[in-house]
Amino acid sequence: MPLTVNGATVPLPDDPRVSLLDLLRDTLHLSGTKIGCNQGACGACTVLVDGERIVSCLALAVQYDGRAVTTIEGIADGETLHPLQAAFIEHDGFQCGYCTPGQICSAIGMAAELGRGMPSHVTGDLAATVVLDADELRERMSGNLCRCGAHNGIVAAILDVYGPAKVDQEVAA
Amino acid sequence: MTPFAFTRAAATDEALRLAAAPAARYLGGGTNLVDLMRETVERPATLVDVTALSTAIEPEDGGLRIGAGVRNAALAAHPAVRRDYPVLARALLAGASAQIRNMATVGGNLLQRTRCTYFYDVEGSRCNKRVPGAGCDARDGFNRIHAILGASQACVATHPSDMAVALAALDATVHCTTAQGTRTLPLVDLHRLPGDHPEIETVLEPGELITHVTLPALPDGTRSTYRKVRDRASYAFALVSVGAALRVEDGRIADVRLALGGVAHRPWRATQAEAALRGLPATRASFEAAAAAELAAAVPLRDNGFKIELARRTITAVLAELSGVDA
Ligand SMILES: Cc1cc2nc3c(=O)[nH]c(=O)nc-3n(C[C@H](O)[C@H](O)[C@H](O)COP(=O)(O)OP(=O)(O)OC[C@H]3O[C@@H](n4cnc5c(N)ncnc54)[C@H](O)[C@@H]3O)c2cc1C
Ligand code: SF4
Ligand code: FES
Ligand code: FES
Repeated sequence: MPLTVNGATVPLPDDPRVSLLDLLRDTLHLSGTKIGCNQGACGACTVLVDGERIVSCLALAVQYDGRAVTTIEGIADGETLHPLQAAFIEHDGFQCGYCTPGQICSAIGMAAELGRGMPSHVTGDLAATVVLDADELRERMSGNLCRCGAHNGIVAAILDVYGPAKVDQEVAA
Repeated sequence: MTPFAFTRAAATDEALRLAAAPAARYLGGGTNLVDLMRETVERPATLVDVTALSTAIEPEDGGLRIGAGVRNAALAAHPAVRRDYPVLARALLAGASAQIRNMATVGGNLLQRTRCTYFYDVEGSRCNKRVPGAGCDARDGFNRIHAILGASQACVATHPSDMAVALAALDATVHCTTAQGTRTLPLVDLHRLPGDHPEIETVLEPGELITHVTLPALPDGTRSTYRKVRDRASYAFALVSVGAALRVEDGRIADVRLALGGVAHRPWRATQAEAALRGLPATRASFEAAAAAELAAAVPLRDNGFKIELARRTITAVLAELSGVDA
């Protein structure tokens, strides 16, 4: 199985130094994924690999041979926005927009984790079913910084789509 | 980044063979090694991706066997870890970000290198760990995040892992392999104190592969937890952390295992405090005295004296929480 990006097969770079982030932006010209710190500290480069969120700046592209990468360019359904994209617009979940692709990919990965019952640092009872309140959400999204401070809108947008009763933990992924 | 060859091992013997190449290094998630390579702190000639090896979490001898390739997120989410080893689940969940926990492996987490900023600063700083004999700019520099226990004239760095602190408290065993055979090590013996050779961080031989970690069962009635104190509420390394497992019987401390993070060059098993606690009544006074016993040997640097008081209070608070004594 080859590496795919948003469903399309992509050849691996010849030089193993090429990060997944650089492959996306420089080779594939998918510039939706942003580069911030380039050291794992900001989340701007977050993408989904087989549905799990990772930071693409600390990933060597060659490590991801055979995996399915999804970027912000791949989450809408044709002309129909992903519900989170619509919610970010509705709730002013951004100012400059630089962190937004990473925030949205990260939130999609977070929802899958919630669906699997993944606890977080602020979860009181590690055995209980998690309810995504604002505290849980802020902790789970702490890997994505926003320098504009659009956090209130970001939290509102994500809660709108994945908040209590929105993610069925028994059924989801 | 210096050029390197990328290889991938499908089996342990293949990994050992590939790692026999000059300047070869194993690659887990890459979240520490790729960063250090980009900064040219690390310059391996060959990487051997070992993430396909030992990715299972299985019950063993009443305890747990954890493959070195298990991702940090998967370990934290595992039902047996959440139920039987909350200290480990909580330590993992307190580390890094969700994205990084999805990438990071158990083997890589154990062998991640210090976050001393001078260590990272290839162009501008002297560092004995990076260049043996060069000097240590942290010792008289900005050393707020540095060690208070077990440091040396040559190096005052700390080990940054949260997971390793929990594993130290849990009496974990590390299983390793070389071409010569396999061996096991108590986790608390894996990392070295810096001494005169801070560049040698563990007792592993070059090319030695960590295959898995095992945890013994905790006695019935043991409670465990992890508390991490940091500069912000999430996504920051520990200033001080405490991993503890405690069993109280008839109001007395029947069993206690205590380890500290953010204070030393290795996860610090607090044996002095443990010895002071066994058999004592589970009271605040006992906990405070034990913390003081452990920290008697602490030596502050210019900027990190606060860690001694912080460690004292955090140890006391964690033991109080586990024993149900009013904190
Ligand atoms: C922004 C940021 C924040 C972070 N915050 C925290 C935090 O709060 N707490 C915390 O604990 N950590 C934190 N980390 C560190 C993170 O936990 C480590 O980078 C990660 O655990 C390393 O695992 P890895 O699999 O990616 O290792 P890699 O980077 O792949 O490897 C690390 C080292 O381990 C060696 N290695 C890997 N596997 C094996 C094996 N099986 N046998 C022998 N050697 C092996 C490699 O050769 C390398 O030397 C943070 C990292 C970043 C980037
Ligand atoms: S404390 Fe250790 S790692 Fe930091 S500069 Fe000194 S020698 Fe280097
Ligand atoms: S650019 Fe990858 S985390 Fe900042
Ligand atoms: S909207 Fe500008 S960084 Fe988040």
